[in-house]
Amino acid sequence: MKDLVQKICSYLDSRFKLSDLLQFAQKKKVPEHKHSFWYYFGGICLFLFFIQILTGVLLLLYYTPSVDSAHESIQYIMSQVKFGWLIRSVHSWTANILIGAIFIHMFSSFFLKAYRYPRELTWISGFFLLLIFMAFGFSGYLLPWNELSFFATRVGTDIASTVPLIGKSIKNFILGGPEVAAATLSRFFWLHVAILPLLTVVVLGIHVYLVQVLGMSVPLSLSKKEVKEIPFFPNFLLKDSLGWMLILALIGVLCVFFPWELGQKADPFAVTPIGIKPEWYFTFMFTTLKIIPSHVFFIEGETLAIFGFMITALFWMLVPVLDRNSARGKKSPVFSLIGLFALLYIVTMTALTYFLPGI
Amino acid sequence: MKRLIRLFLVFIVSIHFPFCPLFAQANFCVECHMELEDELLTPVHAFKIDIHKNFRLDCADCHGGNPAEEDIDLAKDESFRGVPERLEIPGFCATCHSDPTYMRRYNPSVRVDQLDLYWESRHGHLLKEGDEKVAVCTDCHGTHEILPASHPKSWAFPWNISQTCGRCHSNQEYMEGYKMPTNQWDEYQESVHAFALFEKKDLSAPACNDCHGNHGAAPPEVTSISYVCRQCHPSQADLFSQSPHKEAYDEIGISECEACHGNHKISSPSDEMLGTGEKAVCIQCHEPDSEPYAIASNIKEKLDEFLKKVHYAKILLDQADMQGVEVSEPKFKLTEANTILVMVRNLTHSLSLEQIEEKILEGDSVVAEVIKAGEAAQREARFRKTGLIIVTFFIFLLATALFLKIKQINKKSSS
Amino acid sequence: MGMKRRNFIDFFLGGSLLGVLAAFLYPVIRYILPVSKTEVIVKKITAARVGELAPNTYKIFKFGSSPGILISTSEGEWKAFSALCTHLTCTVIFESESGTLLCPCHNGRFDLNGNVLSGPPPSPLESYHVEISGEDIIISRRS
Repeated sequence: MKDLVQKICSYLDSRFKLSDLLQFAQKKKVPEHKHSFWYYFGGICLFLFFIQILTGVLLLLYYTPSVDSAHESIQYIMSQVKFGWLIRSVHSWTANILIGAIFIHMFSSFFLKAYRYPRELTWISGFFLLLIFMAFGFSGYLLPWNELSFFATRVGTDIASTVPLIGKSIKNFILGGPEVAAATLSRFFWLHVAILPLLTVVVLGIHVYLVQVLGMSVPLSLSKKEVKEIPFFPNFLLKDSLGWMLILALIGVLCVFFPWELGQKADPFAVTPIGIKPEWYFTFMFTTLKIIPSHVFFIEGETLAIFGFMITALFWMLVPVLDRNSARGKKSPVFSLIGLFALLYIVTMTALTYFLPGI
Repeated sequence: MKRLIRLFLVFIVSIHFPFCPLFAQANFCVECHMELEDELLTPVHAFKIDIHKNFRLDCADCHGGNPAEEDIDLAKDESFRGVPERLEIPGFCATCHSDPTYMRRYNPSVRVDQLDLYWESRHGHLLKEGDEKVAVCTDCHGTHEILPASHPKSWAFPWNISQTCGRCHSNQEYMEGYKMPTNQWDEYQESVHAFALFEKKDLSAPACNDCHGNHGAAPPEVTSISYVCRQCHPSQADLFSQSPHKEAYDEIGISECEACHGNHKISSPSDEMLGTGEKAVCIQCHEPDSEPYAIASNIKEKLDEFLKKVHYAKILLDQADMQGVEVSEPKFKLTEANTILVMVRNLTHSLSLEQIEEKILEGDSVVAEVIKAGEAAQREARFRKTGLIIVTFFIFLLATALFLKIKQINKKSSS
Repeated sequence: MGMKRRNFIDFFLGGSLLGVLAAFLYPVIRYILPVSKTEVIVKKITAARVGELAPNTYKIFKFGSSPGILISTSEGEWKAFSALCTHLTCTVIFESESGTLLCPCHNGRFDLNGNVLSGPPPSPLESYHVEISGEDIIISRRS
């Protein structure tokens, strides 16, 4: 058996010239310290993304992106296709868990100042990945064409239209027309299965490559001391896999006991359901817009909020450039505070969405 | 200067032109009565919404007199009719309303037979005998604020009619001496028909006039009750007419539909009305050892059996739904079974066990399909849980193996 | 003893990994396999009413989930077959001029007994039993 494996390996090696790559992999090391627990989240995001690709491709087999049959095809998958209920529920649950993991990954990297020199581009590409995955979530949510997703899309794109000057054009481009309709469904499907995956391959490729080439960042508080290192293969990978297994078990339990709802088929002429809101990862922005007063001085509240988000996003993306102290390897408590504030804001606003009456 | 004065005068006069119509058609009826009080004043304000006003009719068109005369004696000329006596009211209104040529000017399609119908009604008969307590036109339509019966605020609009009739017919004091019950309105308000009319705003639901008539109002005769109900409930009436009950009821003189369903307090029929139970209507006439009694018992039994199956199917589907299995299609199929249930209950009017059994057989195949789907859904729910346990077991096995391997590798590297 | 332990853990790891992979592969494979809908086996159906078809004309009717063809011959006889051509399952029609069933896809021809006259079809059309019950023309499978 071992002989056979040897033969196959040497066959592949002489044709793919993999020996350099394998050497690198064998040498790859990961620091181990009191904060290294957070290192796992990058791999978790990757693992969950692969689950999404697998289940997404499977769903493509039976899903039809037309307003006459989208909802029916989901109903077909949930009731007629063997294990269709499982594939669909895994896809829906994992989407939410993935975005949660991305937020954890982002904030842990932020607080550990992993964005500092020379890893600025890793952070910036990661920021784009955040946007891409939120776009994945937004576009995918509409595809079952049910009441909730239809109206959530309408509300979401209405908010986009409040951007001054270009808002209406943005909304028109996103929706493929003036309102949510058949064109929107095809457009969102196009985004979800073609454009966004292509973008992800490119941006994620850059992100993962950078992580490989630059290695894992060690937090400032520890870089002075000698940090223990463990090999990536097999030590870190085994620990990674352990985490993945536990998450897999969690997803299984969620899918059997809390299968994803089919919902009512979307009816554009129906009344907007009371309390309609977007998916939880958008709610912090949604609630901000609801809470902000209609006018702040002479500026319209909504416009101010949207500008606020855009400025904040820009700031967030450019943190590696703005945080001079970390770049020089010095402590940067101001930015830690900013990060804490951002985190608290997001958590509070998200929680308020579900507890505040009238939202 | 002269020119200016002339211009000024022309100006003064011409600004009064818009007001000319008012000056031209002086209505001194209104002008005088505006200064009066109580029942001499109310008509002036009430008439503002009256339908006769829409047709440009005014005081004089009904009461006569000359509205252009300011002096009261000159105004009440020989055409003046004043306030009609109660016994004269029907004739008073009929002056116009029974004249087809006159009415054609205002509404070519309006009926002109109200007075004829009225004289055939109980109210009309009694009025002819001099009874002033009975209803006349104004009691139901109003005096000066008359709205068409199609207007929601009219006293004759479907959801106001029962109140209008009830004003007299529910008043025990007023109705003393007429040897009539006075609980009709109370009973009606508890009926399905009242619910449909008042709560569901279904204007096709019957009020007093639909069964008793409008102007020719009288209680329907015993043998004609089913004809009256048939206007809206034709299938039940047909089935009933084909059943042995029709002949039997007519012979004995029992009022068909009313015998089982009541007249004013018609409630939603329940399955308990069938069969031989406490609340069954069949046992009111049929003795325990008779054939009809056996048939009644049979019918109820078959219906109950079918109901049980439908109920079981529903429970299966609800359980499966709660466990997360997709059952929207079988649920839709079950609505077919509910339709058949409605049809079976309807067929009980025919008393034909054969017809009922045939229908139930149809329903049985539908329910059987649903039950099959429901049981499959239950199996699916159990399968999912079993599958989860197995897969989770393997995952934990793998996790344990990983954990042990990690420990082993750590030991190796530290040794 | 250490060697055995190490091998056992490797074996355990490999084995449980295979188990998990199998547990995942099984639903994926079942998912990809085409859905086999349990067809309701139609045995009998009223295809038309007497007087609906003139002699030497035909009608396509639904028999279960596939088409059937009902022919009123020029002699006034009733014939019924499965309308699925035995070549590549196109729907056959009845050609009144020739008095034969024709498959327009590749010009396969059948006679009024369902037998192949010419063209690529390899076997005869399945013939159905026709019964007149009152006004109804009832088609059923020959057992």
